[in-house]
Amino acid sequence: MSVFEQVWVWLTSPDNWAANGIPLRLLEHLRYTATAIPIAALIAVPLGAYIGHTRRGGTLVVGLLNSVRALPELGMLVLLVPAMGLLLAFEALTIVLVLIAVPPLLAGTYAGVRNVEPSIVDAARGMGMSEREVLFGVELPNALPLMLGALRAATLQVIATASIAAFVSLGGLGRFVIDGNALRQFDQMAGGAVLIAALAITAELVLAGVQWLVVSPGLRPTRTRKRKATT
Amino acid sequence: MTWILDHLDVLFTTSLDHLWLALIPVVAGLLISLPLGWMASRWRLAKSILVPTAGMLYTIPSLALFVLMPLILGTRILDPLNVIAALTIYTVALLVRSVADALAAVPPAVTAAATAMGYRPLGRFFAVELPLAVPVLLAGVRVATVSNISLVSVGALIGVGGLGKFFTEGYQRGNPAEIIAAIVAILVLALLMEIILVVAGRALTPWARTGGAR
Amino acid sequence: MIEFQAVTKRYDDGTVVVDSLDLTIEDGGITVFVGPSGCGKTTSLRMINRMIDATSGTILLDGADIRAQSPAKLRRGIGYVIQHAGLFPHRSVLDNVATVPVLLGTRKSTARKQAAELLERVGLPAELGKRYPSQLSGGQQQRVGVARALAANPPVLLMDEPFSAVDPVVRDGLQEELLRLQSDLGKTIVFVTHDIDEAIKLGDKVAVLRVGGRLAQYATPAELLARPADDFVASFVGRDRGYRALGFLSAQGVPVGPVATVALGASAEQARASLDNGWAVVVDEAKRPLGWVSEGSLSTVDQVRPEDLVSGGSLFEVDSGTLRTALDSALSSPAALGIAIDAQGAVVGGVVADTVVKALADARRCGEVPT
Repeated sequence: MSVFEQVWVWLTSPDNWAANGIPLRLLEHLRYTATAIPIAALIAVPLGAYIGHTRRGGTLVVGLLNSVRALPELGMLVLLVPAMGLLLAFEALTIVLVLIAVPPLLAGTYAGVRNVEPSIVDAARGMGMSEREVLFGVELPNALPLMLGALRAATLQVIATASIAAFVSLGGLGRFVIDGNALRQFDQMAGGAVLIAALAITAELVLAGVQWLVVSPGLRPTRTRKRKATT
Repeated sequence: MTWILDHLDVLFTTSLDHLWLALIPVVAGLLISLPLGWMASRWRLAKSILVPTAGMLYTIPSLALFVLMPLILGTRILDPLNVIAALTIYTVALLVRSVADALAAVPPAVTAAATAMGYRPLGRFFAVELPLAVPVLLAGVRVATVSNISLVSVGALIGVGGLGKFFTEGYQRGNPAEIIAAIVAILVLALLMEIILVVAGRALTPWARTGGAR
Repeated sequence: MIEFQAVTKRYDDGTVVVDSLDLTIEDGGITVFVGPSGCGKTTSLRMINRMIDATSGTILLDGADIRAQSPAKLRRGIGYVIQHAGLFPHRSVLDNVATVPVLLGTRKSTARKQAAELLERVGLPAELGKRYPSQLSGGQQQRVGVARALAANPPVLLMDEPFSAVDPVVRDGLQEELLRLQSDLGKTIVFVTHDIDEAIKLGDKVAVLRVGGRLAQYATPAELLARPADDFVASFVGRDRGYRALGFLSAQGVPVGPVATVALGASAEQARASLDNGWAVVVDEAKRPLGWVSEGSLSTVDQVRPEDLVSGGSLFEVDSGTLRTALDSALSSPAALGIAIDAQGAVVGGVVADTVVKALADARRCGEVPT
């Protein structure tokens, strides 16, 4: 049996799809992600909107983003989980995931608000919009494409990091990779990897769809329209 | 602290290993993405295939890609080549877009002038378009380098991870000093490479400096 | 009425952009602020709706200090049009126009209905309302910008270089449109431009500002052309000042002489007989001018056909024409004779350049033109 066949057999085996198998790990993975992303958004979006609107502290955001990108996720995980104790392992993981998701969301919101064309904001103020109305009625709707792009990036990073949580005795789809490696079962390892990749790609496609639905048609790039017209 | 002082030499040699694992993919990725990005900037069809494919590859989490590499390359699971190949894929996925965008951003008047002076497409690419694309390209290279340096450590989960081995080891032995030392080493490597790339960027684009001088 | 009383704007770094400006803007007219870049014209405009606050001095709007109410409330009562229109890309054209009425509490459906009417008013088909700004041309966007500023029916309209980003042909159309709208609406319009021709074309009064934010001259366009206050204004007003000034003098006194006419389709022989000084105007059944025929153009044909005509110059309308249109008609005519027409466009006679210049001299003697 070739490796591919072995992986296929593992992926399609009914035993692995029992309730305590793949579905459980998938739900754990989704739970980690679904906990961290809203918390990160609650921190990053208001802060990014404030910094973008007042145009103060922008360099701070960029600097923060760069330094966090260099932080090794695995290192933070193996440092924080033992420090907080195994009972709080989920909380420790959530902290790491939030830490990873905040910078892209913050930068995306900041850049989105900041990059709204000055003449549009000028017109909004000139027509008598209050600062609140400028932010909520004009700046944030126009920042939405960049904000949702940032949400996609943050979600992918969180899914990726959640997949190494299994190393610190947590669940998630990474469990199969870690266990497979420990037991020298390549079919399980590769099967887990396929599942992780599939989850990430599905999340990306779903969020891209949401982005298409939510963003005002007036903000869709004209390029795509032209391309459709010619091909 | 004592652990760090006792293991300075190991930390140093492992840092060098780590750097190689991160930098070989950057160089290989750059060499691959230049022609691909050039094609994407020139032909709409190439772009409509390359850019979404790159986006899809970039989506795959590192742990999954490391594990899937043996399936594609036929390597053994513990082969460092898996990590190097996977990081090369990320670098290409990131840089194809950078190269395409950077080349597309070269003012059409400049390329038209070069053509009018008698450059053939290939000569024009190396003499005019590529140098002008350097700033955008370099920004992409910086992101790729820094994230590669961080991602190499994930390889420790499958036995190849440079400084990442101190994470797994430190976790199993309950030795936070070892973990912190490796985190710091990784941050230092990232910072060092950032500085080198910024300096290299300035050296490569002397014309960009005159604008900033007052 | 808008009054600037000793208004100064000084930035933190010490630059003075507006220096002790005293100016009264009358109701119901177009007042243009014009000057080179750095003269503080835009700053002066933006101080009216408090987009910029003055460092010292007072601005009164209908006698009340503009600082008496909150900036947002003040701005809702003042229309505002800017260079790139500043339309909201995420809102449809209709919702863009409805912005201020909705801010003021009008129901959305009502505001949209009014917005659709406004679009037609500024010369746009109502179907455009469903589109988004990115789907409009620059000229269309600018019209939407004007409609949006008019939506809440404000008495005052501020226009900051609204037409400078569109190409000259479109700009010309937009200027005509604004003049037409203004003759209907009679708003108090303050208009900023760096283009002196635009200022002279649109302005009832023109304020010329010099670098450093000082008022150089505040006068009607005719006065500006005829009597610039100093060398700066004279050089800013530019070339052909004397010629352009003719545009403000009525051509009522210019004598209209006879002109030879010939009907389209007449025989070459007939046409030759009617030539005067070697030329004749070809007219249609309604006596509207179509072009010229001459000795030369008739020599090879036996009938006056449309394709053989020598194209004519500009036309001069007797009742509403100015000395400028009269003189131009004479100078641009191939026969050196300007064609005078009535309001229906029918040929009533011809004018020669000499008589226009003489009419100007007469007007000067009578003191109608300041020398």
